[in-house]
Amino acid sequence: MTAPLLEVSHLVKTFPARSGLLGGDAGTVHALSDVSFSVAPGEAFGLVGESGCGKSTAGRAILRLIEPDSGSVLFKQKDVFAADARRMRALRREMQIVFQDPYSSLNPRRTIGQTLSEPMRVHRLGTPKEIRAKLRAVLAEVGMPADAAEKYPHEFSGGQRQRIGIARALVLEPELIVADEPVSALDVSIQAQILVLLRGLQRRRNLSFVFISHDLGVVRHFCRTVAVMYLGRVVERGPVPAIFDDPLHPYTRALRSASPVPDPKAKVIMMKLEGEVASALAPPSGCHFHPRCPRAMPICKEAYPGWTQVTADRGVACHLFPATA
Amino acid sequence: MNSAPALVVDRLTTEFRIDGRWHAAIRDVSFTVGRHETLALVGESGCGKSITALSIMRLVPRANGRIASGRVLLDGRDLVQLDEAELEATRGGAIAMIFQEPMTSLNPVLPIGFQVAETLRYHTKLSAAEARAKALALLEHVKIPSARRRFDDYPHQFSGGMRQRVMIAMALACKPQIVLADEPTTALDVTIQAQVLALLAELKAETGMALIFITHNLGVVASIADRVAVMYAGDIVETAPVTTLFERPMHPYTEALLSSIPRVDRDAGDLKPIAGQVPPITAMPAGCRYADRCPLRIERCATRPPLVALPSDPRHEVRCWVRAGEPGASA
Repeated sequence: MTAPLLEVSHLVKTFPARSGLLGGDAGTVHALSDVSFSVAPGEAFGLVGESGCGKSTAGRAILRLIEPDSGSVLFKQKDVFAADARRMRALRREMQIVFQDPYSSLNPRRTIGQTLSEPMRVHRLGTPKEIRAKLRAVLAEVGMPADAAEKYPHEFSGGQRQRIGIARALVLEPELIVADEPVSALDVSIQAQILVLLRGLQRRRNLSFVFISHDLGVVRHFCRTVAVMYLGRVVERGPVPAIFDDPLHPYTRALRSASPVPDPKAKVIMMKLEGEVASALAPPSGCHFHPRCPRAMPICKEAYPGWTQVTADRGVACHLFPATA
Repeated sequence: MNSAPALVVDRLTTEFRIDGRWHAAIRDVSFTVGRHETLALVGESGCGKSITALSIMRLVPRANGRIASGRVLLDGRDLVQLDEAELEATRGGAIAMIFQEPMTSLNPVLPIGFQVAETLRYHTKLSAAEARAKALALLEHVKIPSARRRFDDYPHQFSGGMRQRVMIAMALACKPQIVLADEPTTALDVTIQAQVLALLAELKAETGMALIFITHNLGVVASIADRVAVMYAGDIVETAPVTTLFERPMHPYTEALLSSIPRVDRDAGDLKPIAGQVPPITAMPAGCRYADRCPLRIERCATRPPLVALPSDPRHEVRCWVRAGEPGASA
């Protein structure tokens, strides 16, 4: 058993909610509650869930772009939240992020070359000549022509901009990339190009990914392990084929059955999930999913279910699967 | 009920002016939608599916766009020829549209109940009180929870899924014979999408309306469409009943599109992306618009292929020189 590259333990993050003109205190948003998972070297780990489930907050907390209230993130056994500024800078070389929207994450007034070489200059990774050589190599690796370096973001299509966003993450030779909905803004044919590119990078560089997506099909294709989130909590976690072919948590089941499949015979058995995701401002008592759950029991209103490790590599938080003592 | 189609679109061409020159965004688009039928218009960004809908509704921006030729027949009337007053009576009446982003199509400063009632008063002779009662019934019909209590709430107080239900209520207010829905569930989470799709299917079964459902999502197409038209770069390249299209795609683009979808229901191995990109509207090739990305390209593709029915299946049309001949069509 190799040591995990990334270990996320018991992350909790709340945001004060403001409302009205004067921004009066309107309560607390529970963005993350007790989120734990780990990622092995070279593994693609998926975080799935619907809007507001906390998956992006979790991704940002890993990179310490958000300071959590409690919990820990260990990257190669080093505590990310305890790192001082100098340590943090070193850590940022090894952990990078790719954003959903390549339109807004590239500076429109800088050439691609300027954008891509800045991190190398900041981290003092070589002479100007070496940096230029690296730039050409990275552009080639993401399938962009060398003359792209002289151009500005607006001269590229969405798919090309996402390639540039990936190149920006790669220039520092990271070991982990947090990819936050990296293909959600793209058309399917372009999405497939980017997924193939990411897969190639993962294999060649033994890169690890925390891959955040709302699209179960994309996660099935790209990830080996997945955690399903609902209202700030991980409700189920395990190997991708097992979780999607035989989901245990009623929410995972609903999510899976609501995900359209390009096959008219596999008519989505529209599992009628009643209602909508509750507000993270006032999550329901007990299990957050109970008001929508077709199998809710009295206890589900009372207590949040503990984590049940069903097999060595999969677990679920649901009263239907009581912990075997 | 008669058996004439609910809508006939006949050789519709819509152009936009870019740098002083007119370029066709959709070219010779023809299709019919039967009564009670759901036709899915599917394709990627820029294929012309939304422009087709805007053209049918006569909502192409006048500043830089125009319908260059073609007809849109609704109950024997050509919508392309109607004047503004006639159009206003028709839109929201016999033909209605649901947009992707309900937040931008609802008026943010008016309560939602008022907005639904307003549609009714515009198109019917109902009194204010009658329209209000009818609007409430409609909101209940689209399953807005506690509709009575929420009647005077504003759009921002509703979730995305609920706003889309309000849009659906407005579209259905005057019992249209055909509804155009442009990516109505794209902005929604999948569990909410499933609810809205189920609602649309239910309402369709109940009212007998026809539906043109525009989407980029082939999974959604598979679950709701009766028939599908695939668009690429402003052309319809293939039409077929939904099962046929997924089982036996004939156009190389349809085929490639289907094999580039990562599927949740199976381990599919590696995806096969389509190399290259859609040509820009200002530089469309004269022949087949897919030719420069197509593995089956032959010399003849330099001239534009027609959309023709397959010899073996008159309900299956394809715009491809290689595949239209069928038996012995190269794999």
